[in-house]
Amino acid sequence: MSAKLIDFRTEPSAYRHWKLEFDGNIAHLIMDVDSTAGLFDGYELKLNSYDLGVDIELNDAVQRLRFEHPEVQAVIFRSGKENVFCAGANIRMLSKASHVHKVNFCKFTNETRLAIEDASAQSGQTYICAIKGTAAGGGYELAVTADYIMLIDDRKSSVSLPELPLLAVLPGTGGLTRVTDKRKVRRDLADVFCTTEEGVRGKRAVQWRLVDEVLPPSAWVEGVSSRARALAEKSDRPRDAKGIALPRLAREITPDTVTYRHVQVVLEPARRRATITIHGPGNPAPDSVEAAQSLGADFWPLAMARDLDDAILHLRLNEPELGLLVFRSIGDVASVLAHDEFLAANANHWLMREITHYLKRTLKRVDVTSRSLITLIEPGSCFAGTLAELAFAADRAVMFAGSAIGDNRPPAAITLGVMNFGPYKMGNGLTRLETRFLGEAASVVRARSLVGTTLDADAAMEAGLVTASYDATDWDDEIRIMLEERASFSPDSLTGLEANLRFAGPETMETRIFGRLTAWQNWIFQRPNAVGVDGALQRYGSGQQPVYDRNRV
Amino acid sequence: MPDGMNIDYDGLIPNNVGLNADARVRKALETWHPGYIDWWKDMGPEGFQDSLVYLRTAIGVDPKGWAKFDYVKMPEYKWGILLAPAVPDRKIPFGKHKGEPVWQEVPGEYRAMLRRLITVQGDTEPASVEQQRHLGTTAPSLYDLRNLFQVNVEEGRHLWSMVYLLHKYFGTEGREEAEELLARRSGHQDTPRMLGAFNEATPDWLSFFMFTFFTDRDGKMQLEALAQSGFDPLSRTCRFMLTEEAHHMFVGDSGVQRVVERTVEAMQQAGITDAHDIAGVRKLGVIDLPTIQKKINLHFSLTLDLFGNEISTNAANAFNAGIKGRYREDKLEDDHQLLEATYPVLRHVGGDFITEDVPALSALNLRLRNDYVQDCNSGITRWNRVIEKAGIDFRLALPHVAFNRHIGEFAAIHTDIAGQIIDDAAWAKLQDHVLPNQGDADYITSLMVAVTEPGAFAGWIAAPRVGIDNKPGDFEYVQVVA
Ligand SMILES: [Fe+2]
Ligand SMILES: [Fe+2]
Repeated sequence: MSAKLIDFRTEPSAYRHWKLEFDGNIAHLIMDVDSTAGLFDGYELKLNSYDLGVDIELNDAVQRLRFEHPEVQAVIFRSGKENVFCAGANIRMLSKASHVHKVNFCKFTNETRLAIEDASAQSGQTYICAIKGTAAGGGYELAVTADYIMLIDDRKSSVSLPELPLLAVLPGTGGLTRVTDKRKVRRDLADVFCTTEEGVRGKRAVQWRLVDEVLPPSAWVEGVSSRARALAEKSDRPRDAKGIALPRLAREITPDTVTYRHVQVVLEPARRRATITIHGPGNPAPDSVEAAQSLGADFWPLAMARDLDDAILHLRLNEPELGLLVFRSIGDVASVLAHDEFLAANANHWLMREITHYLKRTLKRVDVTSRSLITLIEPGSCFAGTLAELAFAADRAVMFAGSAIGDNRPPAAITLGVMNFGPYKMGNGLTRLETRFLGEAASVVRARSLVGTTLDADAAMEAGLVTASYDATDWDDEIRIMLEERASFSPDSLTGLEANLRFAGPETMETRIFGRLTAWQNWIFQRPNAVGVDGALQRYGSGQQPVYDRNRV
Repeated sequence: MPDGMNIDYDGLIPNNVGLNADARVRKALETWHPGYIDWWKDMGPEGFQDSLVYLRTAIGVDPKGWAKFDYVKMPEYKWGILLAPAVPDRKIPFGKHKGEPVWQEVPGEYRAMLRRLITVQGDTEPASVEQQRHLGTTAPSLYDLRNLFQVNVEEGRHLWSMVYLLHKYFGTEGREEAEELLARRSGHQDTPRMLGAFNEATPDWLSFFMFTFFTDRDGKMQLEALAQSGFDPLSRTCRFMLTEEAHHMFVGDSGVQRVVERTVEAMQQAGITDAHDIAGVRKLGVIDLPTIQKKINLHFSLTLDLFGNEISTNAANAFNAGIKGRYREDKLEDDHQLLEATYPVLRHVGGDFITEDVPALSALNLRLRNDYVQDCNSGITRWNRVIEKAGIDFRLALPHVAFNRHIGEFAAIHTDIAGQIIDDAAWAKLQDHVLPNQGDADYITSLMVAVTEPGAFAGWIAAPRVGIDNKPGDFEYVQVVA
């Protein structure tokens, strides 16, 4: 694939592949992929198959439904095409894509699918999937993110995961995991399902728990909408509230910088490094939710999250060789904490709830980014509360001890806040501090007792919140050596190491998707049986059967 | 019955596959049989189940003299399982297994693909019987009525053939599919037949002739392609079905021709030379040529959709696997593997038609469709000869392949019959002029009045030149029991 810049910013008027329709408290999210509008040349997105471009729009739509439409309590997810729901990821795109692109594509689609589930589970915006036509592979994986799946019983519409028999890969966008962990399909039936190219339809799909309900065509339209109305009934979203607009994100790109309002990225290709500096709030926290709402997308926690989210995605897709991300921050600690307090105090307000969950998702995006993450806590920084999570998300956090002569910035500090103890759960279901202190519950308790206390380097070291601290004498050298050393290691082994160390503790569906399923898929994506010249992905569509190396590894 | 030439009529199910010695399949088919009879009585020709119909019944599978004619009540028709004789030492003629001995059992890796192909083919057989079930009450003659029923019972027998394969070779899944074949209903909202054209209505006899000309011809092309199969039981089944299918083609081809003959004859008698004088021609009680053209436009375009996507992975897989070949594969001279070959495909890209060379394997649906179009054109030529001879300045023609399509390259665009791309608004205006409209339907319906007197024909259709089984013109092909 070319080195064309991939832009994650979009809006409904620019969509090529999706339509949003609104009917009171019900939204229709309609997939109608424009086959000629692939992100890259060389393939056509037939049969509602998708590439990264389709998913970028989906991600945007899911996000806007949450922020711009508080009145929407249920989302009917369906196809705009007559005979097909969705055929999954485009095979020709996959067979042409570099390994790096495939992995990044899958990661982003996984995150989007989790965002859909997050909306159903946390936001009172329940997704219902209405499958008419075939939902194959990624199509079913998309469907299965919905809380409730309906399948038309027209004797031909079906759900299937044909990746293994057809393409010699896995239903790797969570499909395999959701079939067992979410749908709780019996393992032997799941085995049959995942090896049967044509899939399952009608009543059997319900019996096997692949879908929740089947309806004949004569009852379809009414059945789907009455089910949506019933699910919407249970929502706590305020039907009379007004949403906030998410205007196009301001961003300026130069050869060595990417500049947002609250986030600045400096690119240093020679050092294989990008430094991400986050700026704290420029204004005090608002004094009422009305005031916060009228700030809309300018409200700092939301504005910062949007900037950081885009920066991470931009670096992932457009700067694959920058293996080291360094986080820094500049700003007023008290102001960051005041915003945190404000979010916590108004946690029941729909918009504050959305912002908090969005911050959670953005931090999770950081967690699963396969770059080395180093957070530098320096004088003048504001790693407090929400932003302190970046110290705990990082593979290492290093703190400046004392102060440098002539430096009149406030000394380096970490300050814990309410947001460090609950709202930002990682994929493993624990907070970053709980994960960090997996074997030492007492350390979590002690950390909680330090909420609001300004911790200098010694105190932060004492509390186990940072990896190392250096004073003015050693700082520059130590940091330089650490970063240079990090950048010199094998990117592959670092990715493996970091992914293993970051997610200590319990397995969840989410960690199984990112850790287990993705790892296996990425292995298979490297193997000749899938991607070799005679492998299944390359031969797909040629009519020639793939040739497999029959050794079991 | 190792030579497979003799038919065993002793059991419940006539066959030449040694059913007597195959208890498992015999039992399965005997279990399926009552459901079939119920289906026939429910969905078969309406109102003529007790009539005696002069039908041909297969008595052997020898290409020479395989059938006999006699009066039969349709529910008592000897539906049976008939396979063409095995070709000794037959080899797989194409694909990656080319040259290997043909399969007598289903290879495991191709089982799902084969089952799908057989199920889709099988679904079309009862579908057309359902579509045509009301036509008996408006037949233009006993001759035509008998031809309709002949087609119907043979479609029923084709269903038997496919069901036999499902039962014999596809285990429990095959049995389930066989049940489903009886459960689906043409045009039913909840349980439609699998393919679009088989859910359309066949409202009148001109539609019936068009259907047997165009849509049965698709059936013929599919059967021809499956007759090449490396799975020998399928090949033999399809080869025998093709001998029956020829009559269905004949019914359509000669049916349309007789309509055209009668129209131009009436025009000549009335001194009308302008084929577009629709009102004038209709006053004569015949079907004007522009309306015949509209019917062609409709049935041709609907049938093209049956060939599926021009570029198709499934078609490529089926060919490479040795399951479904090309039309007359055995007469083609190439390597029969097509790994390096390309084939030109007419595509619609960015508002234009372009011809793109694509790997020949993936263009097999289109290739079959192209062979089909050629086959259709021969009929058109014959019909035009009738018009030309009458000195009328009008020619029937097939519309452009992109016209009125719902599947494949042209599904998303509208064109006129010449293939000129037009927008939605223009299409909305054009439709009534290029496809049968309500007025056309009403007019044709007004002509559909049953003629039951032996030897007599409705005024909108000419008599055939020769009778069935060389019977005289006034032969009573159907003894109607009210
Ligand atoms: Fe047939
Ligand atoms: Fe036929």
